[in-house]
Amino acid sequence: MRYNWNWSVLFADPYLGWILTGLGWTVLVSLCAWIIGLALGSVIGTMRTLPSPVARAIGSAYVEVFRNIPLLVQIFLFYFVLPELLPREWGRWLKRDLPHPEFTVAVVSLGLYTACRVAEQVRAGIATAGRGQASAGLATGLTLTQVYRLILLPLAFRLTIPALTNEFLNVFKNSSLALTIGVLELTARTRAVADYTYQSIEAFVVASVIYASISFLIAFIMRRVEERARLPGTLGTGAR
Amino acid sequence: MFNRKTAIGSAIIGAVFAVTAGSASAQALYGTLKKIKDSGTIIIGHNEDSPPFASFGADGKPQGYSIDICNKIAEAVKAELKMDNLTVKYQAVNGQTRTPLLVNGTVDLVCATTTNTFSRQQQVDFLNTMFVTGNRLLVKKSSGIKEIEDLKGKVVSANQGTTNEKVLNELNQRLNLGIKVLSTKDQPQGWIALETDRTDAHMTDEVVEYGLIAKSKNPDQYAVVGRLLSFDPYAIVIRRDDSAFRSLGNKVLANLYRNGDWEKIYTKWMSTIGQPLSPDLKLLMSMQNYPD
Repeated sequence: MRYNWNWSVLFADPYLGWILTGLGWTVLVSLCAWIIGLALGSVIGTMRTLPSPVARAIGSAYVEVFRNIPLLVQIFLFYFVLPELLPREWGRWLKRDLPHPEFTVAVVSLGLYTACRVAEQVRAGIATAGRGQASAGLATGLTLTQVYRLILLPLAFRLTIPALTNEFLNVFKNSSLALTIGVLELTARTRAVADYTYQSIEAFVVASVIYASISFLIAFIMRRVEERARLPGTLGTGAR
Repeated sequence: MFNRKTAIGSAIIGAVFAVTAGSASAQALYGTLKKIKDSGTIIIGHNEDSPPFASFGADGKPQGYSIDICNKIAEAVKAELKMDNLTVKYQAVNGQTRTPLLVNGTVDLVCATTTNTFSRQQQVDFLNTMFVTGNRLLVKKSSGIKEIEDLKGKVVSANQGTTNEKVLNELNQRLNLGIKVLSTKDQPQGWIALETDRTDAHMTDEVVEYGLIAKSKNPDQYAVVGRLLSFDPYAIVIRRDDSAFRSLGNKVLANLYRNGDWEKIYTKWMSTIGQPLSPDLKLLMSMQNYPD
Protein backbone atom coordinates (compact mmCIF):
# COMPACT_ATOMS: atom_id res chain seq x y z
CA MET A 1 0.00 0.00 0.00
CA ARG A 2 1.54 3.27 -1.14
CA TYR A 3 -0.07 5.54 1.41
CA ASN A 4 1.73 8.77 2.18
CA TRP A 5 1.40 9.01 5.96
CA ASN A 6 1.35 12.51 7.36
CA TRP A 7 0.23 12.71 10.96
CA SER A 8 1.44 16.28 11.30
CA VAL A 9 -1.51 17.43 9.17
CA LEU A 10 -3.68 16.91 12.25
CA PHE A 11 -1.76 19.58 14.10
CA ALA A 12 -1.48 22.00 11.19
CA ASP A 13 -3.46 25.20 10.94
CA PRO A 14 -6.44 25.31 10.34
CA TYR A 15 -7.12 21.59 10.75
CA LEU A 16 -6.30 21.37 14.47
CA GLY A 17 -8.69 24.25 15.10
CA TRP A 18 -11.42 22.50 13.12
CA ILE A 19 -11.05 19.28 15.09
CA LEU A 20 -11.14 21.18 18.40
CA THR A 21 -14.21 23.27 17.51
CA GLY A 22 -15.80 20.09 16.17
CA LEU A 23 -15.15 18.41 19.49
CA GLY A 24 -16.66 21.44 21.24
CA TRP A 25 -19.90 21.16 19.25
CA THR A 26 -20.05 17.41 19.84
CA VAL A 27 -19.79 17.93 23.59
CA LEU A 28 -22.31 20.79 23.55
CA VAL A 29 -24.89 18.93 21.43
CA SER A 30 -24.51 15.78 23.52
CA LEU A 31 -24.75 17.49 26.91
CA CYS A 32 -27.77 19.63 25.95
CA ALA A 33 -29.51 16.62 24.41
CA TRP A 34 -28.71 14.54 27.48
CA ILE A 35 -30.25 17.13 29.81
CA ILE A 36 -33.47 17.11 27.75
CA GLY A 37 -33.40 13.33 27.46
CA LEU A 38 -32.81 12.68 31.16
CA ALA A 39 -35.40 15.19 32.38
CA LEU A 40 -38.14 14.29 29.91
CA GLY A 41 -37.28 10.58 30.01
CA SER A 42 -37.62 10.47 33.79
CA VAL A 43 -41.07 12.06 33.60
CA ILE A 44 -42.27 9.77 30.79
CA GLY A 45 -40.81 6.67 32.44
CA THR A 46 -42.53 7.52 35.74
CA MET A 47 -45.81 8.17 33.93
CA ARG A 48 -45.71 4.65 32.52
CA THR A 49 -45.77 3.21 36.05
CA LEU A 50 -48.51 5.44 37.51
CA PRO A 51 -51.92 3.99 38.35
CA SER A 52 -53.66 6.51 36.04
CA PRO A 53 -54.45 4.86 32.68
CA VAL A 54 -54.27 8.22 30.88
CA ALA A 55 -50.73 8.87 32.11
CA ARG A 56 -49.72 5.33 31.14
CA ALA A 57 -51.23 5.73 27.66
CA ILE A 58 -49.42 9.03 27.05
CA GLY A 59 -46.14 7.53 28.23
CA SER A 60 -46.51 4.42 26.08
CA ALA A 61 -47.50 6.42 23.01
CA TYR A 62 -44.46 8.66 23.39
CA VAL A 63 -42.06 5.76 23.76
CA GLU A 64 -43.52 3.79 20.86
CA VAL A 65 -43.47 6.76 18.47
CA PHE A 66 -39.94 7.90 19.22
CA ARG A 67 -38.46 4.43 19.61
CA ASN A 68 -39.84 3.07 16.35
CA ILE A 69 -38.66 5.82 13.98
CA PRO A 70 -34.95 5.86 13.12
CA LEU A 71 -33.17 8.84 14.67
CA LEU A 72 -31.85 10.01 11.30
CA VAL A 73 -35.40 10.16 9.94
CA GLN A 74 -36.56 12.06 13.04
CA ILE A 75 -33.85 14.67 12.56
CA PHE A 76 -34.89 15.09 8.93
CA LEU A 77 -38.55 15.36 9.85
CA PHE A 78 -37.84 18.07 12.42
CA TYR A 79 -35.47 19.98 10.17
CA PHE A 80 -37.02 19.76 6.73
CA VAL A 81 -40.66 18.72 7.15
CA LEU A 82 -41.90 20.40 10.34
CA PRO A 83 -41.38 24.01 9.09
CA GLU A 84 -43.40 23.22 5.97
CA LEU A 85 -46.36 21.92 7.97
CA LEU A 86 -46.60 25.00 10.20
CA PRO A 87 -48.22 28.30 9.23
CA ARG A 88 -46.01 30.25 6.84
CA GLU A 89 -44.62 32.82 9.32
CA TRP A 90 -43.86 30.18 11.95
CA GLY A 91 -42.10 28.02 9.40
CA ARG A 92 -40.09 31.00 8.24
CA TRP A 93 -39.17 31.82 11.83
CA LEU A 94 -37.95 28.24 12.36
CA LYS A 95 -35.91 28.34 9.17
CA ARG A 96 -34.44 31.83 9.41
CA ASP A 97 -34.82 33.57 12.77
CA LEU A 98 -34.34 30.73 15.22
CA PRO A 99 -30.87 31.18 16.72
CA HIS A 100 -28.51 28.47 15.45
CA PRO A 101 -31.31 26.52 13.72
CA GLU A 102 -29.19 23.44 12.93
CA PHE A 103 -27.84 23.17 16.45
CA THR A 104 -31.24 23.69 18.08
CA VAL A 105 -32.98 21.14 15.88
CA ALA A 106 -30.20 18.62 16.46
CA VAL A 107 -30.36 19.06 20.24
CA VAL A 108 -34.16 18.85 20.40
CA SER A 109 -34.50 15.80 18.16
CA LEU A 110 -31.62 13.96 19.80
CA GLY A 111 -33.02 14.89 23.23
CA LEU A 112 -36.54 13.67 22.42
CA TYR A 113 -35.18 10.42 21.03
CA THR A 114 -32.94 9.87 24.06
CA ALA A 115 -35.91 10.59 26.34
CA CYS A 116 -37.78 7.54 25.06
CA ARG A 117 -34.79 5.33 25.77
CA VAL A 118 -34.23 6.84 29.22
CA ALA A 119 -37.94 6.42 29.92
CA GLU A 120 -37.71 2.69 29.33
CA GLN A 121 -34.76 2.40 31.70
CA VAL A 122 -36.49 4.41 34.41
CA ARG A 123 -39.67 2.37 34.05
CA ALA A 124 -37.66 -0.84 34.34
CA GLY A 125 -35.88 0.59 37.40
CA ILE A 126 -39.16 1.42 39.14
CA ALA A 127 -40.51 -2.03 38.29
CA THR A 128 -37.40 -3.65 39.78
CA ALA A 129 -37.64 -1.54 42.93
CA GLY A 130 -40.84 -3.44 43.36
CA ARG A 131 -44.54 -3.28 43.94
CA GLY A 132 -43.90 -4.44 47.49
CA GLN A 133 -42.01 -1.27 48.31
CA ALA A 134 -44.82 0.88 46.91
CA SER A 135 -47.52 -1.05 48.76
CA ALA A 136 -45.55 -0.91 51.98
CA GLY A 137 -45.08 2.83 51.58
CA LEU A 138 -48.76 3.42 50.92
CA ALA A 139 -49.69 1.19 53.87
CA THR A 140 -47.60 3.32 56.21
CA GLY A 141 -49.70 6.33 55.23
CA LEU A 142 -47.46 8.01 52.65
CA THR A 143 -49.18 9.63 49.67
CA LEU A 144 -48.45 8.36 46.16
CA THR A 145 -46.21 11.39 45.50
CA GLN A 146 -44.26 10.69 48.65
CA VAL A 147 -43.88 7.02 47.75
CA TYR A 148 -42.36 8.00 44.41
CA ARG A 149 -40.23 10.81 45.74
CA LEU A 150 -38.91 9.11 48.85
CA ILE A 151 -38.82 5.43 47.94
CA LEU A 152 -39.30 4.42 44.32
CA LEU A 153 -37.35 7.06 42.39
CA PRO A 154 -34.26 7.09 44.64
CA LEU A 155 -34.07 3.31 44.34
CA ALA A 156 -34.88 3.23 40.64
CA PHE A 157 -32.23 5.79 39.69
CA ARG A 158 -29.56 3.93 41.64
CA LEU A 159 -30.55 0.70 39.94
CA THR A 160 -30.46 2.21 36.47
CA ILE A 161 -27.11 3.99 36.66
CA PRO A 162 -25.34 1.35 34.53
CA ALA A 163 -28.13 1.42 31.93
CA LEU A 164 -28.18 5.22 31.92
CA THR A 165 -24.40 5.28 31.45
CA ASN A 166 -25.00 3.27 28.32
CA GLU A 167 -27.56 5.78 27.08
CA PHE A 168 -25.22 8.66 27.84
CA LEU A 169 -22.55 7.00 25.69
CA ASN A 170 -25.14 6.52 22.95
CA VAL A 171 -26.00 10.23 23.00
CA PHE A 172 -22.36 11.06 22.32
CA LYS A 173 -22.11 8.65 19.45
CA ASN A 174 -25.55 9.55 18.03
CA SER A 175 -24.60 13.23 18.07
CA SER A 176 -22.56 12.56 14.93
CA LEU A 177 -25.87 12.40 13.03
CA ALA A 178 -26.17 16.16 13.57
CA LEU A 179 -23.75 16.58 10.68
CA THR A 180 -26.53 15.53 8.30
CA ILE A 181 -28.29 18.85 8.91
CA GLY A 182 -25.13 20.92 8.91
CA VAL A 183 -23.85 21.00 12.51
CA LEU A 184 -20.08 20.95 12.05
CA GLU A 185 -19.33 18.60 14.93
CA LEU A 186 -16.40 16.23 15.32
CA THR A 187 -17.31 13.74 12.59
CA ALA A 188 -18.16 16.48 10.09
CA ARG A 189 -14.91 18.28 10.83
CA THR A 190 -12.73 15.18 10.53
CA ARG A 191 -14.47 14.34 7.26
CA ALA A 192 -13.66 17.85 6.07
CA VAL A 193 -10.01 17.38 7.05
CA ALA A 194 -10.00 14.11 5.10
CA ASP A 195 -11.57 15.76 2.06
CA TYR A 196 -9.28 18.80 2.04
CA THR A 197 -5.99 17.04 2.73
CA TYR A 198 -6.69 13.54 1.38
CA GLN A 199 -5.15 12.21 4.60
CA SER A 200 -8.33 10.26 5.31
CA ILE A 201 -6.85 7.52 7.46
CA GLU A 202 -5.20 9.92 9.90
CA ALA A 203 -8.39 11.98 10.15
CA PHE A 204 -10.61 9.00 10.94
CA VAL A 205 -8.12 7.53 13.37
CA VAL A 206 -8.10 10.76 15.35
CA ALA A 207 -11.92 10.86 15.36
CA SER A 208 -12.08 7.28 16.61
CA VAL A 209 -9.54 7.94 19.32
CA ILE A 210 -11.40 11.04 20.53
CA TYR A 211 -14.79 9.26 20.63
CA ALA A 212 -13.27 6.29 22.44
CA SER A 213 -11.53 8.53 24.99
CA ILE A 214 -14.74 10.42 25.74
CA SER A 215 -16.57 7.12 26.20
CA PHE A 216 -13.90 5.78 28.54
CA LEU A 217 -14.01 9.00 30.53
CA ILE A 218 -17.80 8.91 30.86
CA ALA A 219 -17.79 5.24 31.84
CA PHE A 220 -15.11 5.97 34.45
CA ILE A 221 -16.98 8.92 35.94
CA MET A 222 -20.27 7.05 36.01
CA ARG A 223 -18.67 4.11 37.81
CA ARG A 224 -17.49 6.53 40.50
CA VAL A 225 -21.00 7.98 40.71
CA GLU A 226 -22.42 4.49 41.02
CA GLU A 227 -20.07 3.65 43.88
CA ARG A 228 -20.81 6.88 45.70
CA ALA A 229 -24.57 6.47 45.34
CA ARG A 230 -24.65 2.84 46.44
CA LEU A 231 -26.96 2.05 49.36
CA PRO A 232 -25.92 -0.86 51.54
CA GLY A 233 -28.47 -3.62 51.72
CA THR A 234 -30.49 -2.69 48.63
CA LEU A 235 -30.99 -4.58 45.39
CA GLY A 236 -28.00 -4.90 43.13
CA THR A 237 -25.43 -4.14 45.79
CA GLY A 238 -25.32 -7.66 47.22
CA ALA A 239 -24.23 -8.11 50.80
CA ARG A 240 -21.76 -5.25 50.90
CA MET B 1 35.26 -18.60 6.31
CA PHE B 2 36.49 -16.81 3.20
CA ASN B 3 34.99 -19.43 0.94
CA ARG B 4 31.60 -19.24 2.56
CA LYS B 5 31.50 -15.46 2.09
CA THR B 6 32.22 -15.85 -1.63
CA ALA B 7 29.49 -18.46 -1.87
CA ILE B 8 26.98 -16.09 -0.27
CA GLY B 9 28.20 -13.27 -2.52
CA SER B 10 27.71 -15.22 -5.70
CA ALA B 11 24.30 -16.42 -4.49
CA ILE B 12 23.24 -12.79 -4.04
CA ILE B 13 24.59 -11.81 -7.46
CA GLY B 14 22.80 -14.79 -8.96
CA ALA B 15 19.55 -13.81 -7.30
CA VAL B 16 19.87 -10.24 -8.56
CA PHE B 17 20.41 -11.49 -12.09
CA ALA B 18 17.43 -13.79 -11.80
CA VAL B 19 15.21 -10.92 -10.66
CA THR B 20 16.33 -8.53 -13.42
CA ALA B 21 15.96 -11.22 -16.04
CA GLY B 22 12.48 -12.06 -14.76
CA SER B 23 11.22 -8.46 -14.90
CA ALA B 24 12.78 -7.92 -18.32
CA SER B 25 10.77 -10.80 -19.76
CA ALA B 26 7.59 -9.26 -18.32
CA GLN B 27 8.36 -6.04 -20.28
CA ALA B 28 9.26 -4.19 -17.08
CA LEU B 29 5.65 -3.77 -16.04
CA TYR B 30 5.14 -2.05 -12.71
CA GLY B 31 2.49 -0.30 -10.64
CA THR B 32 -1.09 -0.33 -11.84
CA LEU B 33 -0.35 -1.97 -15.21
CA LYS B 34 1.42 -4.86 -13.49
CA LYS B 35 -1.44 -5.21 -11.01
CA ILE B 36 -3.97 -5.33 -13.87
CA LYS B 37 -1.89 -7.85 -15.81
CA ASP B 38 -1.50 -10.10 -12.75
CA SER B 39 -5.13 -9.97 -11.66
CA GLY B 40 -6.71 -9.86 -15.13
CA THR B 41 -9.04 -7.12 -13.86
CA ILE B 42 -9.21 -3.35 -14.00
CA ILE B 43 -11.38 -1.79 -11.30
CA ILE B 44 -12.94 1.60 -12.02
CA GLY B 45 -13.96 3.60 -8.96
CA HIS B 46 -16.84 5.98 -9.65
CA ASN B 47 -19.33 8.35 -8.01
CA GLU B 48 -22.94 7.25 -7.90
CA ASP B 49 -24.72 10.58 -7.50
CA SER B 50 -23.06 13.03 -9.88
CA PRO B 51 -24.97 13.04 -13.16
CA PRO B 52 -24.06 13.69 -15.92
CA PHE B 53 -20.50 12.68 -14.93
CA ALA B 54 -21.04 9.47 -13.02
CA SER B 55 -24.26 7.91 -11.79
CA PHE B 56 -26.21 4.68 -12.09
CA GLY B 57 -28.24 4.29 -15.28
CA ALA B 58 -31.64 2.63 -15.65
CA ASP B 59 -29.85 -0.69 -16.23
CA GLY B 60 -28.06 -0.40 -12.88
CA LYS B 61 -24.68 0.14 -14.53
CA PRO B 62 -22.59 3.25 -13.92
CA GLN B 63 -22.78 5.75 -16.75
CA GLY B 64 -21.79 9.29 -17.60
CA TYR B 65 -19.13 11.54 -19.04
CA SER B 66 -16.37 10.40 -16.69
CA ILE B 67 -17.35 6.75 -17.05
CA ASP B 68 -17.17 6.95 -20.86
CA ILE B 69 -13.65 8.36 -20.65
CA CYS B 70 -12.57 5.68 -18.15
CA ASN B 71 -13.99 2.96 -20.38
CA LYS B 72 -11.78 4.28 -23.19
CA ILE B 73 -8.81 4.00 -20.83
CA ALA B 74 -9.78 0.42 -19.97
CA GLU B 75 -9.87 -0.39 -23.72
CA ALA B 76 -6.41 1.11 -24.14
CA VAL B 77 -5.08 -0.94 -21.22
CA LYS B 78 -6.56 -4.05 -22.81
CA ALA B 79 -4.76 -3.30 -26.09
CA GLU B 80 -1.49 -2.34 -24.38
CA LEU B 81 -1.33 -5.51 -22.27
CA LYS B 82 -2.73 -7.68 -25.11
CA MET B 83 -5.31 -9.12 -22.74
CA ASP B 84 -8.43 -10.06 -24.70
CA ASN B 85 -10.19 -11.33 -21.61
CA LEU B 86 -9.57 -8.29 -19.39
CA THR B 87 -12.44 -7.91 -16.92
CA VAL B 88 -13.67 -4.37 -16.22
CA LYS B 89 -15.19 -4.01 -12.76
CA TYR B 90 -16.90 -1.00 -11.22
CA GLN B 91 -16.79 0.03 -7.58
CA ALA B 92 -18.75 2.96 -6.14
CA VAL B 93 -16.72 5.41 -4.04
CA ASN B 94 -17.41 8.79 -2.42
CA GLY B 95 -15.41 11.79 -1.25
CA GLN B 96 -14.34 10.01 1.93
CA THR B 97 -13.53 6.59 0.51
CA ARG B 98 -11.90 7.41 -2.81
CA THR B 99 -8.38 8.03 -1.47
CA PRO B 100 -8.07 5.03 0.86
CA LEU B 101 -9.61 2.68 -1.71
CA LEU B 102 -7.33 3.95 -4.47
CA VAL B 103 -4.23 3.84 -2.31
CA ASN B 104 -4.89 0.34 -0.93
CA GLY B 105 -5.54 -1.03 -4.41
CA THR B 106 -9.29 -1.68 -4.18
CA VAL B 107 -9.78 0.53 -7.24
CA ASP B 108 -7.28 1.38 -9.98
CA LEU B 109 -8.59 4.78 -11.04
CA VAL B 110 -11.36 7.11 -9.86
CA CYS B 111 -13.80 8.57 -12.40
CA ALA B 112 -15.88 11.23 -10.75
CA THR B 113 -15.91 15.02 -10.48
CA THR B 114 -12.63 15.41 -8.63
CA THR B 115 -10.85 18.76 -8.77
CA ASN B 116 -7.09 18.49 -9.25
CA THR B 117 -5.36 20.38 -6.42
CA PHE B 118 -1.76 20.52 -5.25
CA SER B 119 -2.66 19.46 -1.72
CA ARG B 120 -4.39 16.36 -3.06
CA GLN B 121 -1.32 15.62 -5.20
CA GLN B 122 0.58 14.87 -2.00
CA GLN B 123 -1.49 11.72 -1.70
CA VAL B 124 -2.63 10.80 -5.22
CA ASP B 125 -1.85 11.63 -8.84
CA PHE B 126 -4.12 12.99 -11.57
CA LEU B 127 -4.37 12.48 -15.32
CA ASN B 128 -4.61 15.56 -17.52
CA THR B 129 -7.69 17.75 -17.17
CA MET B 130 -10.89 16.24 -18.60
CA PHE B 131 -13.33 19.04 -17.78
CA VAL B 132 -13.19 22.58 -16.44
CA THR B 133 -15.82 24.27 -14.36
CA GLY B 134 -15.99 26.65 -11.41
CA ASN B 135 -18.22 27.87 -8.62
CA ARG B 136 -21.26 29.95 -9.41
CA LEU B 137 -24.44 30.67 -7.52
CA LEU B 138 -27.65 28.67 -7.79
CA VAL B 139 -30.59 30.92 -6.83
CA LYS B 140 -34.32 31.31 -7.21
CA LYS B 141 -35.07 33.68 -10.09
CA SER B 142 -37.53 35.61 -7.93
CA SER B 143 -34.76 36.52 -5.43
CA GLY B 144 -33.18 39.01 -7.85
CA ILE B 145 -29.67 37.94 -6.77
CA LYS B 146 -27.11 38.56 -9.52
CA GLU B 147 -23.66 38.40 -7.91
CA ILE B 148 -22.13 37.19 -4.67
CA GLU B 149 -22.11 40.79 -3.37
CA ASP B 150 -25.94 40.66 -3.35
CA LEU B 151 -25.77 37.98 -0.66
CA LYS B 152 -24.69 40.33 2.15
CA GLY B 153 -26.10 38.96 5.43
CA LYS B 154 -27.99 36.17 3.65
CA VAL B 155 -27.83 32.40 4.12
CA VAL B 156 -25.86 30.35 1.57
CA SER B 157 -25.26 26.61 1.52
CA ALA B 158 -22.27 24.63 0.26
CA ASN B 159 -21.49 20.97 0.75
CA GLN B 160 -19.29 19.83 3.63
CA GLY B 161 -15.66 19.19 2.77
CA THR B 162 -15.85 20.45 -0.82
CA THR B 163 -13.68 23.03 -2.53
CA ASN B 164 -16.96 24.97 -2.89
CA GLU B 165 -17.25 25.37 0.87
CA LYS B 166 -13.64 26.50 1.02
CA VAL B 167 -14.18 29.13 -1.71
CA LEU B 168 -17.38 30.38 -0.08
CA ASN B 169 -15.70 30.83 3.32
CA GLU B 170 -12.72 32.62 1.77
CA LEU B 171 -14.85 35.02 -0.29
CA ASN B 172 -17.11 35.66 2.68
CA GLN B 173 -14.12 36.76 4.71
CA ARG B 174 -12.30 38.66 1.98
CA LEU B 175 -15.34 40.62 0.77
CA ASN B 176 -16.65 41.01 4.32
CA LEU B 177 -20.13 39.85 3.34
CA GLY B 178 -21.37 38.43 6.65
CA ILE B 179 -22.92 35.45 4.88
CA LYS B 180 -24.32 32.72 7.14
CA VAL B 181 -22.93 29.48 5.74
CA LEU B 182 -25.01 26.31 5.98
CA SER B 183 -22.82 23.24 5.44
CA THR B 184 -25.12 20.80 3.69
CA LYS B 185 -24.29 17.12 3.51
CA ASP B 186 -24.86 16.54 -0.21
CA GLN B 187 -26.41 18.09 -3.34
CA PRO B 188 -30.01 16.92 -2.70
CA GLN B 189 -29.91 18.58 0.73
CA GLY B 190 -28.48 21.79 -0.66
CA TRP B 191 -31.35 21.72 -3.14
CA ILE B 192 -34.09 21.15 -0.53
CA ALA B 193 -32.69 23.94 1.62
CA LEU B 194 -32.91 26.35 -1.33
CA GLU B 195 -36.31 25.07 -2.45
CA THR B 196 -37.84 25.51 1.03
CA ASP B 197 -36.35 29.03 1.42
CA ARG B 198 -34.04 27.97 4.21
CA THR B 199 -31.19 29.44 2.17
CA ASP B 200 -30.94 32.20 -0.44
CA ALA B 201 -28.38 30.46 -2.63
CA HIS B 202 -26.52 27.19 -3.02
CA MET B 203 -22.92 27.29 -4.14
CA THR B 204 -21.34 24.46 -6.08
CA ASP B 205 -19.76 23.76 -9.46
CA GLU B 206 -21.62 25.47 -12.29
CA VAL B 207 -22.09 22.27 -14.27
CA VAL B 208 -23.56 20.49 -11.23
CA GLU B 209 -26.01 23.37 -10.75
CA TYR B 210 -27.30 23.02 -14.31
CA GLY B 211 -27.71 19.30 -13.60
CA LEU B 212 -29.74 20.01 -10.45
CA ILE B 213 -31.99 22.49 -12.27
CA ALA B 214 -32.53 20.02 -15.15
CA LYS B 215 -33.72 17.41 -12.66
CA SER B 216 -36.07 19.70 -10.70
CA LYS B 217 -39.87 19.93 -10.85
CA ASN B 218 -39.97 23.54 -12.09
CA PRO B 219 -36.66 24.36 -13.76
CA ASP B 220 -37.85 27.79 -14.93
CA GLN B 221 -37.89 29.11 -11.34
CA TYR B 222 -34.15 28.65 -10.82
CA ALA B 223 -31.07 30.24 -12.35
CA VAL B 224 -27.29 29.98 -12.25
CA VAL B 225 -25.97 33.52 -11.78
CA GLY B 226 -22.82 35.56 -11.24
CA ARG B 227 -19.25 35.39 -12.41
CA LEU B 228 -17.04 32.31 -12.05
CA LEU B 229 -15.82 32.35 -8.44
CA SER B 230 -13.20 29.65 -8.79
CA PHE B 231 -11.36 27.46 -11.27
CA ASP B 232 -12.03 23.74 -10.94
CA PRO B 233 -10.24 21.43 -13.37
CA TYR B 234 -11.71 17.91 -13.12
CA ALA B 235 -9.35 14.99 -13.58
CA ILE B 236 -9.26 11.22 -13.24
CA VAL B 237 -7.45 10.17 -10.06
CA ILE B 238 -4.70 7.51 -10.09
CA ARG B 239 -2.02 6.31 -7.67
CA ARG B 240 1.18 8.30 -7.23
CA ASP B 241 4.56 7.41 -8.76
CA ASP B 242 3.08 5.45 -11.64
CA SER B 243 4.20 7.27 -14.76
CA ALA B 244 3.62 4.31 -17.11
CA PHE B 245 -0.06 4.15 -16.27
CA ARG B 246 -0.39 7.95 -16.20
CA SER B 247 1.21 8.27 -19.59
CA LEU B 248 -1.14 5.64 -21.03
CA GLY B 249 -4.15 7.45 -19.59
CA ASN B 250 -3.00 10.84 -20.87
CA LYS B 251 -2.44 9.36 -24.31
CA VAL B 252 -6.06 8.19 -24.35
CA LEU B 253 -7.22 11.70 -23.40
CA ALA B 254 -5.02 13.35 -26.06
CA ASN B 255 -6.40 10.98 -28.70
CA LEU B 256 -9.98 11.75 -27.66
CA TYR B 257 -9.31 15.49 -27.94
CA ARG B 258 -7.62 15.00 -31.31
CA ASN B 259 -10.00 12.68 -33.13
CA GLY B 260 -13.20 14.43 -32.07
CA ASP B 261 -14.51 11.58 -29.89
CA TRP B 262 -14.28 13.86 -26.87
CA GLU B 263 -16.77 16.28 -28.44
CA LYS B 264 -19.18 13.40 -29.01
CA ILE B 265 -18.90 12.31 -25.38
CA TYR B 266 -19.37 15.92 -24.27
CA THR B 267 -22.47 16.43 -26.39
CA LYS B 268 -23.93 13.06 -25.42
CA TRP B 269 -23.88 13.90 -21.70
CA MET B 270 -23.96 17.69 -21.43
CA SER B 271 -26.98 17.98 -23.73
CA THR B 272 -28.93 16.21 -20.95
CA ILE B 273 -28.47 19.33 -18.81
CA GLY B 274 -28.67 21.84 -21.68
CA GLN B 275 -24.98 22.85 -21.63
CA PRO B 276 -23.60 23.49 -25.13
CA LEU B 277 -19.84 23.24 -25.64
CA SER B 278 -18.26 26.66 -25.11
CA PRO B 279 -15.37 27.79 -27.32
CA ASP B 280 -13.30 28.39 -24.16
CA LEU B 281 -13.63 24.81 -22.98
CA LYS B 282 -12.91 23.51 -26.47
CA LEU B 283 -9.72 25.56 -26.58
CA LEU B 284 -8.64 24.39 -23.12
CA MET B 285 -9.06 20.77 -24.12
CA SER B 286 -7.35 21.13 -27.50
CA MET B 287 -4.31 22.48 -25.65
CA GLN B 288 -3.86 19.03 -24.10
CA ASN B 289 -3.71 17.34 -27.47
CA TYR B 290 -0.04 16.32 -27.09
CA PRO B 291 1.35 14.56 -30.18
CA ASP B 292 2.25 10.85 -30.02
